[in-house]
Amino acid sequence: MSEPTYVNEGQTTAALTSACSTCAIHQASQLERLGVRLDNYDYVVALAGNPNVGKSTVFNRLTGLRQHTGNWPGKTVSRAEGGFRYAAHQYKLVDLPGTYSLLSNSQDEEIARDFIVFGQPDATIIVVDATVLERNLNLVLQVLDMTSRAVVCLNLMDEARRKDIQVDQRRLARDLGVPVVATAARRGEGLSELLATVSAVARGQTVCRPYHIEHESPALKQAVAQLVRQLETVFPGLPNARWVALRLLDGDERIEELVRTGELGNMFQTRQQPASPGLAFPIEVHG
Amino acid sequence: MKNVTTNDILATAATLRQEVGSTFHAELTETIYIEAARLADRAVTRPGEHERFDLSRQIDRIVTSRLWGFPLMVALFALVFWITIEGANIPSALLAEFLIDTMHPWLKGLAAAIGLPWWLDGLLLDGMYLTTAWVVSVMLPPMAIFFPLFTLLEDLGYLPRVAFNLDNMFRKAGAHGKQSLSMMMGFGCNAAGVIATRVIDSPRERLIAMLTNNFALCNGRWPTQILIAMVFMGTLVPAALAGLVSAMAVVAVALLGVLLTFIVSWALSRTMLKGEVSTFSLELPPYRPPNVWQTIYTSVIDRTLFVLWRAIVFALPAGAIIWLSANVMIGDMSIAEHLITILAPIGWLMGLNGIILVAYLVAIPANEIVMPTILMLIVLVTGQHELGAGTGVLFEIGADEGIREFFALSGWTLLTAVNLMLFSLIHNPCSTTIYTIYQETRSLKWTAVAALLPLLMGIVVTILVAAVWRLF
Repeated sequence: MSEPTYVNEGQTTAALTSACSTCAIHQASQLERLGVRLDNYDYVVALAGNPNVGKSTVFNRLTGLRQHTGNWPGKTVSRAEGGFRYAAHQYKLVDLPGTYSLLSNSQDEEIARDFIVFGQPDATIIVVDATVLERNLNLVLQVLDMTSRAVVCLNLMDEARRKDIQVDQRRLARDLGVPVVATAARRGEGLSELLATVSAVARGQTVCRPYHIEHESPALKQAVAQLVRQLETVFPGLPNARWVALRLLDGDERIEELVRTGELGNMFQTRQQPASPGLAFPIEVHG
Repeated sequence: MKNVTTNDILATAATLRQEVGSTFHAELTETIYIEAARLADRAVTRPGEHERFDLSRQIDRIVTSRLWGFPLMVALFALVFWITIEGANIPSALLAEFLIDTMHPWLKGLAAAIGLPWWLDGLLLDGMYLTTAWVVSVMLPPMAIFFPLFTLLEDLGYLPRVAFNLDNMFRKAGAHGKQSLSMMMGFGCNAAGVIATRVIDSPRERLIAMLTNNFALCNGRWPTQILIAMVFMGTLVPAALAGLVSAMAVVAVALLGVLLTFIVSWALSRTMLKGEVSTFSLELPPYRPPNVWQTIYTSVIDRTLFVLWRAIVFALPAGAIIWLSANVMIGDMSIAEHLITILAPIGWLMGLNGIILVAYLVAIPANEIVMPTILMLIVLVTGQHELGAGTGVLFEIGADEGIREFFALSGWTLLTAVNLMLFSLIHNPCSTTIYTIYQETRSLKWTAVAALLPLLMGIVVTILVAAVWRLF
């Protein structure tokens, strides 16, 4: 469980003394946008979130790429990849399709879900719209069921301020068990904090204890436990047996297929080769 | 637990699924919603409970109203095209003057000075250079105006409202409401539109969306529509109204495309692709003040230059091919003339001509080069050499009157113009789109349907229009 550091404007604009140069915030100046130049990288970071919350803006800000960001739900339908270097490490950033949930079988949801579960990113940034937090938390809770290396990016804070909506980010971070960083990506606000937090999670310096929903009646709890035991016997080292068990109980045909063919074990490759989510091929969207 | 197999897991899961009950999925979803609401409630403090005046909602009430939604949409798009058409004339003329009137003779002189053989000079300068110069001068100005405007509408949040207005009609047509989104993408690029159908989770409805995406006029076809509308529709009326009438003609063709999308979706969902309509909720994003300069920058880089580059890449070899086909003789006629003669009867039937059909063959890789090819072939066949510099050479085009006269001399009538606009809307998708459909469906059958259905429809529609036209 980590407490995200909250930095106010005064601190960031303070004169850069020598003490500052070791501070994570200062290291934002060490951000080098790499665009699509990605020969090798140390960490993989996924970017998830509801449609139209500014994922692509965050992506562009960090990679220096200029993927078109429309005010338009469903703009990104396949993965886009880019890179950046931060504090001496290379990061690959994967922009996933925006989805409201990860429970159905539409292709965009499958691409996003497969990458988070099977691609094993070192950190997943979940971008949420601060003005409609409730709707966005659905996805956050689902992602936290899949990975524990997550950072919530509370985006569109400028709009929230304009609408007089206040979000208690410390309380949210405590409740969710993962760091929460407030940003206004369009104006570049909060991105240095986001970088510092993401790199701490990716490098394992910040360990998250994500909140899991207790939606388990005694019968369900037992069923999950039984399936988890079997799964771990057949697929030793499966990092996400609880999630797989829940999907099986839900009758998820794709996961059933992966279990039947035994492919599930192969899906967890080393991070140099994240599982290829089916139909993702590089596209340019000019619509 | 020693010898558990994958099948055991599935069997256990199946048994346990019975035990936990069929309401599991609903409960799961509901729990997540409840938890999300609880956590959000703890973290968020909203301003006083009193209802505030919500400008966004007031605007939505108008732009998505049953009464005003549709007329407003037509008016807004007409305005965009009007600005494009009015604004593109002058820069187009300037570019043509520079690239064609000034640069071409200069390059010819240079070639003569260094003693380039006639065939190399012809292939490079009269074929490749002139075709490309023509593509640039005709396409760059309208695109540099149209795409930023379109992108501004998009960033403002207007396009999802259009999708919202159309959503209900898609459902009535037996298609998925989200098809309105992929159609909007198709107005930029059909290949992108086809990929955008990934947001539709039912395979049946996704196929309908893919097969009909071609009816959304794409980047490559807007210039053809705008040019023909300017030259033929615009000159039908007094000069003051020319821009408006041309813009309305383009809007009419675009709306016909939308109508065809509904009709074909409806027909497909009654015949080849029967099934239930699934429901979904379309979210209207908040209106956001667009970042004007950034929008202009990205739309110029991402769209205008991308499309222009694509056009040039295809225009260069096409220019060479056209020049060669016009200069390589078989018997007493060139290859191009043979082809035009062969296609002339069917061209006449369709209210078009052999030249236009040959141009559509040449332009299968990219719709962008239809007009340049047509113009080049006209010079070659009608022998209107005074307009060009030699056989198979693209020529300078001054005022609209000049080019209209030029078309008229080649036997073009208003029917030719109307049917060319129709056929540009209704014909096979470009090869990139066809390939994308294959990538997405992995089915030769559906790819073939996607390519041939609109082509057949286009042939039938133009033949019918021509037949009726000639009756009167």
